[in-house]
Amino acid sequence: MNALHLAVADGLTIARRNALKIRRAPDLLGGVIMLPVVFVLLFTYVFGSMITLPGVSYNEYLLPGIFVMTIVGSAQITGYTLTQDLQKGIFDRFRTLPMSPSAVLTGQTLADVIMNVTSVVTMALVGLLVGWRIHTSPPEAALGFVMLVFFAYAFSWVTATVALALRRPEVFNNIATIMSFPLMFLSNAFVDSARLPGVLKPIAEWNPVSTLVQAARELFGNTGSLMPEPTAWPLRHAVPVSLAWSVVLLLVFVPLAPRLYRRAVSQ
Amino acid sequence: MSDAIVAEGLVKKFGDVVALDGMELRVPEGTVFGLLGPNGAGKTTTVRILTTLLRPDAGRAEVAGLDVVRDARRLRGRIGASGQYAAVDDHLTGAENLEMVGRLYHLGVRRSRERARELLERFDLTEAADRPVQGYSGGMRRRLDLAGALVAAPPVLFLDEPTTGLDPRARIGLWDVISELVGGGTTVLLTTQYLEEADRLADRIAVVDHGHVIALGTADQLKDQVGGDRIELSVTSAADLETAGRALAPLAAGEVRLDPGALRVTLPVAGGAATLTRALGELAAERIAVRDAGLRRPTLDDVFLTLTGRDADDRTKETVR
Repeated sequence: MNALHLAVADGLTIARRNALKIRRAPDLLGGVIMLPVVFVLLFTYVFGSMITLPGVSYNEYLLPGIFVMTIVGSAQITGYTLTQDLQKGIFDRFRTLPMSPSAVLTGQTLADVIMNVTSVVTMALVGLLVGWRIHTSPPEAALGFVMLVFFAYAFSWVTATVALALRRPEVFNNIATIMSFPLMFLSNAFVDSARLPGVLKPIAEWNPVSTLVQAARELFGNTGSLMPEPTAWPLRHAVPVSLAWSVVLLLVFVPLAPRLYRRAVSQ
Repeated sequence: MSDAIVAEGLVKKFGDVVALDGMELRVPEGTVFGLLGPNGAGKTTTVRILTTLLRPDAGRAEVAGLDVVRDARRLRGRIGASGQYAAVDDHLTGAENLEMVGRLYHLGVRRSRERARELLERFDLTEAADRPVQGYSGGMRRRLDLAGALVAAPPVLFLDEPTTGLDPRARIGLWDVISELVGGGTTVLLTTQYLEEADRLADRIAVVDHGHVIALGTADQLKDQVGGDRIELSVTSAADLETAGRALAPLAAGEVRLDPGALRVTLPVAGGAATLTRALGELAAERIAVRDAGLRRPTLDDVFLTLTGRDADDRTKETVR
């Protein structure tokens, strides 16, 4: 077996381990299934009853925002799981085995793709129950889902890198929460970013989360025919810019994470 | 017979702390070697270097004929390691844990599954095989971790404090398993804080302190170095401790140690039970009430005190000459 074959086989072994963990750990499973359901119901019923938009139901407008918010949130499970494993001896075990060292991270992030697919499917189904609809062709809608999962995968590498730099689960949790809230709320996920005041407007318009939300709205047909077209450049080219964001994140963080992993485990 | 493990002049620093300071080891193939020492002596650092987890700052080491730095990847296929923190996954079952390790040794899916079942049976875990490890007792976890180290039947095995934190029954159970293993010709390097454990399992023992070996020999040789039996007795009141120490000094073959916390007097003696009787007589003459008294073999503490002039756990105890 050559090195690449081994790296793939080892990655799949680790992914299998992490998938089993998610299935058996109530705290993780809650984040994957329960939280998305709660988000969809809570936001659509609370905000949906108060906010009206021209030409589109707020629930339809909102759901792509909730998709993105949830995957940004659950990407943190990647980092959290890594910090927890760092506290135990399991990485020492892995490192005394003749396995590919990269498999720990490729396997972990791969398992998190499965997790993200599960939560996006769950949200879509609950979304359908509360009135969310896809108004585009099946290929466009499929591209929408692929783009969400692809971004989630790239973002998993970001949280993995942050987690390996911080190492302690409680520190990681605090930092991840502080970082992800502005990312989620200083965006167009819940409101039209064009109507934000002052400096918040450009921040929200250039936020990659906004781009992804806009791309998902376009690909699912949830933009609203009477809503004003976005003027900011990334939002006008939301689909290619979203894909580009995911690629850039992968290019930066895929090489960075293994380095921090080596540093974290050789302490 | 060639050496399965060779370490020469290993040095490892963590910031200002010198963990290893010229560690030298030679372990002949098929023998069990015990590294004995207190916490912080450098035992775990030595094992981490020999199992490729850490790179030494200076010196070199070979395991199974392979350099631990240059041939690290190949070496990992020939060693098994079981640590002081059981490296098992809580959410996975016992069988899944071992299967995963087998796959990562590249045994193939079917062989990994068979091997997992064999080891679970051998380590008396068959009943718990399909339960998540979360519900395992401390002893079961350690057995599973040890089983993990044996998945690929490696010729060299490293056991870092395999029984620390276990209750006495689980400890004895694990000793039986390890002794059985050694019968199969595996070379084992074992670290421990307990002389009794090294005594029971190891052919040769190296006493480690401040990152290097300070004494080397069989368990009996080390005990002889320490001297023979000791009397250990405790008094009922702190006021009596000094008096008892002075009263017993003439019977001691060495230094009399007083432990004010435990109200305990310890002294090495030559005459065995007869000396114990005399000691109790001396104390009765001084009207000192004795709560507990006994004769015992040397412990790690005694080995340490003799070799280094201080206790293994670095507690300061009052000394009377």
